[in-house]
Amino acid sequence: MADVEQSEIDPNAPVTKISTPIELKYHFTAGRAASRFMRGLMKKKILGQRCPSCLKVYVPPRGSCASCGVPTEEEVELPPKGIVTTYCIVNVPFYGQKIKIPYVTGTILIDGADIGFMHLLQEVEAEEVRMGMRVEAVWQDDSEMVPGLESIKYFRPTGEEDAPFEEYKEYV
Amino acid sequence: MREVAVVSFAQSKSVRRADDQNEVEMLMPVVSQAIANSGVPRKEIGFTISGSCDYLGGVPFAFVSGLDAVGAWPPITESHVEMDGAWALYEAWVRLQHGDIDSALVYSFGKSSLGDISQVLSQQLDPYYLAPLWPDSVSLGAIQTRSWLDSGHSEKELAQLVSRNRQFASTNEHSQITKLIDPETYLAKPYIIEPLRIDDCPPVSDGACALVLVAGDRAKACSTRLAWIKGIDHRSEPHSLGVRDLSISVSTKQAGKNCGALDIRADICELHAPFSAQQAILEEALGIDESVIVNPSGGALCANPVMAAGLIRIGEAASRIINGEANCAIAHATAGPCLQQNLVCVLEGGN
Ligand SMILES: [Zn+2]
Repeated sequence: MADVEQSEIDPNAPVTKISTPIELKYHFTAGRAASRFMRGLMKKKILGQRCPSCLKVYVPPRGSCASCGVPTEEEVELPPKGIVTTYCIVNVPFYGQKIKIPYVTGTILIDGADIGFMHLLQEVEAEEVRMGMRVEAVWQDDSEMVPGLESIKYFRPTGEEDAPFEEYKEYV
Repeated sequence: MREVAVVSFAQSKSVRRADDQNEVEMLMPVVSQAIANSGVPRKEIGFTISGSCDYLGGVPFAFVSGLDAVGAWPPITESHVEMDGAWALYEAWVRLQHGDIDSALVYSFGKSSLGDISQVLSQQLDPYYLAPLWPDSVSLGAIQTRSWLDSGHSEKELAQLVSRNRQFASTNEHSQITKLIDPETYLAKPYIIEPLRIDDCPPVSDGACALVLVAGDRAKACSTRLAWIKGIDHRSEPHSLGVRDLSISVSTKQAGKNCGALDIRADICELHAPFSAQQAILEEALGIDESVIVNPSGGALCANPVMAAGLIRIGEAASRIINGEANCAIAHATAGPCLQQNLVCVLEGGN
């Protein structure tokens, strides 16, 4: 609106558009379970929680089992290894992009977990990434560790044999 | 009409900042408790509905994560209102009228502490004329209080009202403010925004609540003492504050008339009034006289988890009926700026 010439504005014309910027600031609460998970990452530990009812393991834990609607209190430490259940090759540049394209983002199902989370895949050519590929976490340098998934720099292939589809078909 | 009863109610203690708990962690114990006390097995609940507001946490579709607390697998029939949970209860009540299901879980939650709640609430105003000015909810409360005082009331009445609510709140384990205040101490306090003193305003609260509704014979099988919803209605007034007389509540009176609240003699009454003068305005609209105990919980003036505080009023009234303290109650919930929209229901004890 600012670039409209003053002379073009007809004072009697109906107003058809206004701009009302909104800015609200929030204090985010991760919650008890997610806080333990994030602090665990700083110590290079992947902490999940097991549902007492269906026995599924949530990573990251949410403090509850969404299927059963019960609190998940049993903590389970899992290895920093898993499999790629699905992935996406990013070819589109966007503002704030930190990694050179093309790169690969994958859903990583940690061994022993029943839900995957998204992370970056590196030390592998984009065209070589595949479903069932076994990967391991590469941690940040000790000085770079933060309470969050950024403490894992990325996942890289372990070179082990791919997981058979049957092993993860429930999670795709 | 199909008879529907509140069979159980649970609420969290309201706190200034539930820092270590996210919404689901706050909600889950109350949902579990309400279901357990209802006697209806979780998997048999026919309808689930929540009331919450995404603006409180600044997260779009925040209510979806709230479903983690209820166990939505195998898939459940579920709905949500971007309003106080009292309106979720209204939808559940309508849903139960269909006759094909017998029970409903209604819950609501709000963490008012995540943002600046008085600023967040300004975004519910009309987006063209008022919201761009960012009038905060406390200032609007002050305008309404001024309007009420100018219509022939005094600050002494507010002093009495606040003091009485605090007395009730001091024995309510779920209340946030429990400190007593006598009318003289109140009057000696400075204004924060004239004519409001700090004690005329609600605290910033985080909290959650849940209740279970059951219809007809199925309800009778749940318990020997139930809080039957004898009438329920909600009415709305214009969005623009400038076209309303803020010293009265026309929509409360209409809703009260339509649900039968004006024709009954209630023992207790739970009014959702975040600001002290609003409680007086509501009492007048519903013709509440001194024989009725108003806000035996202490009211929203002493614990105000936004989006849950209205449903808590219905739950508080129902609980007092279920435990035999009262036989007939009026419960009220409000939404929008300065009592814009109001819901009134009549509850009666029985089996
Ligand atoms: Zn489970």
